[in-house]
Amino acid sequence: MILIAVITLGIIGAIGAVFLYAVSRKFEVYEDPRIGQVQEVLPGANCGGCGYPGCSGFAAACIKADTLDGLLCSVGGDVVMARVATILGKDAAKSEPKVAVVRCNGTCEARPRTNVYDGTHRCSVESALYGGETGCSYGCLGYGDCVEACKFDAIHINPVTMIAEVDEDKCTSCGACVKACPKGIIELRKKGPKSRRIYVSCMNKDKGAIARKACANACIGCGKCLKECQFEAITITSNLSYIDFNKCRMCRKCVAVCPTGAIHELNFPPRKAEPAAAPEAKAAVKVEAQAAPATKSVEAKTVAKTEPAAPVTPAEKPEAVKEAPKAADNNNEIQPK
Amino acid sequence: MTIENNRQLSKNTIMLKTFRIGGIHPPENKLTAGKKIVDLALPKQVIIPLGQHIGAPAQPIVNKGDTVKVGTLIAKAGGFVSANIHSSVSGKVNKIDVAIDASGYRKPAVFIDVIGDDWEDTIDRSDTLVKECNLSSKEIIDKIAAAGVVGMGGAQFPTQVKLLPPPGNKAELVIINGVECEPYLTADHSLMLEKSEEILVGVTILMKAVNVKKAVIGIENNKKDAIAKLTKLAASYPGIEIQPLQMKYPQGGEKQLIDAIIRRQVKSGALPISTGAVVQNVGTCFAIYEAVIKNKPLIERVVTVTGKAVKNASNFRVRIGTQISELIEAAGGVPENTGKIISGGPMMGKALVNTEVPITKGGSGVLLINKNESKRQPMHECIRCAKCVNACPMGLNPTLLMNATEFGNWELAEKNFITDCIECGSCSYTCPAYRPLLDNIRYGKAKVSAIIRARKK
Repeated sequence: MILIAVITLGIIGAIGAVFLYAVSRKFEVYEDPRIGQVQEVLPGANCGGCGYPGCSGFAAACIKADTLDGLLCSVGGDVVMARVATILGKDAAKSEPKVAVVRCNGTCEARPRTNVYDGTHRCSVESALYGGETGCSYGCLGYGDCVEACKFDAIHINPVTMIAEVDEDKCTSCGACVKACPKGIIELRKKGPKSRRIYVSCMNKDKGAIARKACANACIGCGKCLKECQFEAITITSNLSYIDFNKCRMCRKCVAVCPTGAIHELNFPPRKAEPAAAPEAKAAVKVEAQAAPATKSVEAKTVAKTEPAAPVTPAEKPEAVKEAPKAADNNNEIQPK
Repeated sequence: MTIENNRQLSKNTIMLKTFRIGGIHPPENKLTAGKKIVDLALPKQVIIPLGQHIGAPAQPIVNKGDTVKVGTLIAKAGGFVSANIHSSVSGKVNKIDVAIDASGYRKPAVFIDVIGDDWEDTIDRSDTLVKECNLSSKEIIDKIAAAGVVGMGGAQFPTQVKLLPPPGNKAELVIINGVECEPYLTADHSLMLEKSEEILVGVTILMKAVNVKKAVIGIENNKKDAIAKLTKLAASYPGIEIQPLQMKYPQGGEKQLIDAIIRRQVKSGALPISTGAVVQNVGTCFAIYEAVIKNKPLIERVVTVTGKAVKNASNFRVRIGTQISELIEAAGGVPENTGKIISGGPMMGKALVNTEVPITKGGSGVLLINKNESKRQPMHECIRCAKCVNACPMGLNPTLLMNATEFGNWELAEKNFITDCIECGSCSYTCPAYRPLLDNIRYGKAKVSAIIRARKK
């Protein structure tokens, strides 16, 4: 009896195997083996920062493309792209490493609350409803839509300032937070030599007096930085200063003249206030302007740069730039009454 | 309100018409019902926003330093769906600048310093009632457009656009919205009592403009005095009928009112005119009367200032652009323990971040509620009771839409008609777990609408 069962099942199994083999040969889909190879060197984060649906999508795009220009895995950076290039036998395009920058410095102290929001604690929902809990309708709302969007644990809300802060060691510049922020205050900026960066940490487009009233750290569009900049890196539109990171030569002069401290410098060595060393300082600025200081001695010189008499007179009146009235969407609905 | 409650209600009361899907019945709190309309003293300065309507903002045609009279055109309609804006006071243009609006964002506005009270000569300021109107349909619509009349129930949709149905649609009747289903508000109620004849003449003009023979004025049954007065007067106006309605929120929604009165549903995504009904608010009818008969542009409106602790809660006739702080002052100031100041009613109104916000053409009320009432309860998990599904007057599934929004599943949200939400807040009101349903749906609706617009391009 057992023998009959074994033979029957064996025959059924054999028929099934032959059938499955035939079907698999008939409907075989050819997949480029290089997709797997490329995918192996990619980080596998599936973050979508490259603009393709996941890492396999990016790998397929790399193989399909004639050159690797414009294709960049922002998470892996040049190292990974070089490996991809070796596998595919193409030239790797050089890219500038970038990092996310939160352009708001309206801390709880500088930007007092004018009302209390008790709705859903999400920036997108709050922003769809109204301007926000402070007088500034442009700044960070502090409910962390960006934190939720980040797959690399690289952005967090500082519990003291209630502003999002980027951990630049972890940031892969995938841009997920940029898309998540309803106020559009996060920007991908060039990481800069030695991670040194200068940027305007404010998005307030209101006139100076209004901006200043809402937030002590706001950019008031006074134009001092514009006058100070020798490299035409700074532009002011709608009462807001912006530094073009491709033109900026890191001289830090704008940082010093900003009356509200809205221009931030990151990862620079601390300055010393030595007004006497003026000529040396000028030399130092030149060195700095050429390139990022490479040796320690140059760095020391940079440190010697003077600090102009810093304490700042408040309440600049910027009447120079007039804001063009901007039509905002009216999201009214049919309203029962 | 659950279905059972609904049945109970219909058993106990005489069967009055109402809409068929969903709805709730919040406490009415009509504290200012029957109060006379009080004229508010002229303010020192008015702030007239350029975007007081749905559609393109108006383009200013005055400059700093210009002298204007009451009724002078200060901004021209900026497109087909847009409206003219007139000065509501006489005086000098102080500046054209941005002013904070009810949502806390800054929008362009004209600031006018008030000097005297000098009216344009073309405006007939007398109170005499004129019943005849010999203008043609086109002339009436042109006059309404020139006067900058918009829907005064709150949506602020330019009226002349509604009177020109798109090809393929034909108006069969006019429905007048005297429902005022929002708790607390009594602006329309007081207007119906004090300007009854004018409103009826306005309805006649409307009927002529869209060339129909029938008009129905829908009024909720809690305004019995208005129903009685209008029914008596309407006898001498052919074609106008008064329809008392059951008390149910949000009956004042355009689609709900059409369903309540003529038992027709507006299809998803379709215009209300597809049912053959042109719906206008009673306030709009009065504005139409003034615009067509008296040549008076829309420069003032009735606003209810109310709240349980407000000293002189009342209905005020206010010039457009008056700051809300002045209205509150006239009503006796902000009472102690006030938690929120709301522009509009408690259900659909917006909590203000600032009382310097001006009254616009659609601003029907200012409500001051105390800290206890304004406090939101902490949110709990959804218990799947489906109260929100029963309450939704559009037949949507609010809890599903909220979840879809939370997880960013825009496809699912679109498939479940998130764009049909009228943002009435019935779902959030009924939720026993205090889930912020409307907060999320409102955001999801904006997001899905943007996706749909992008797809069309």
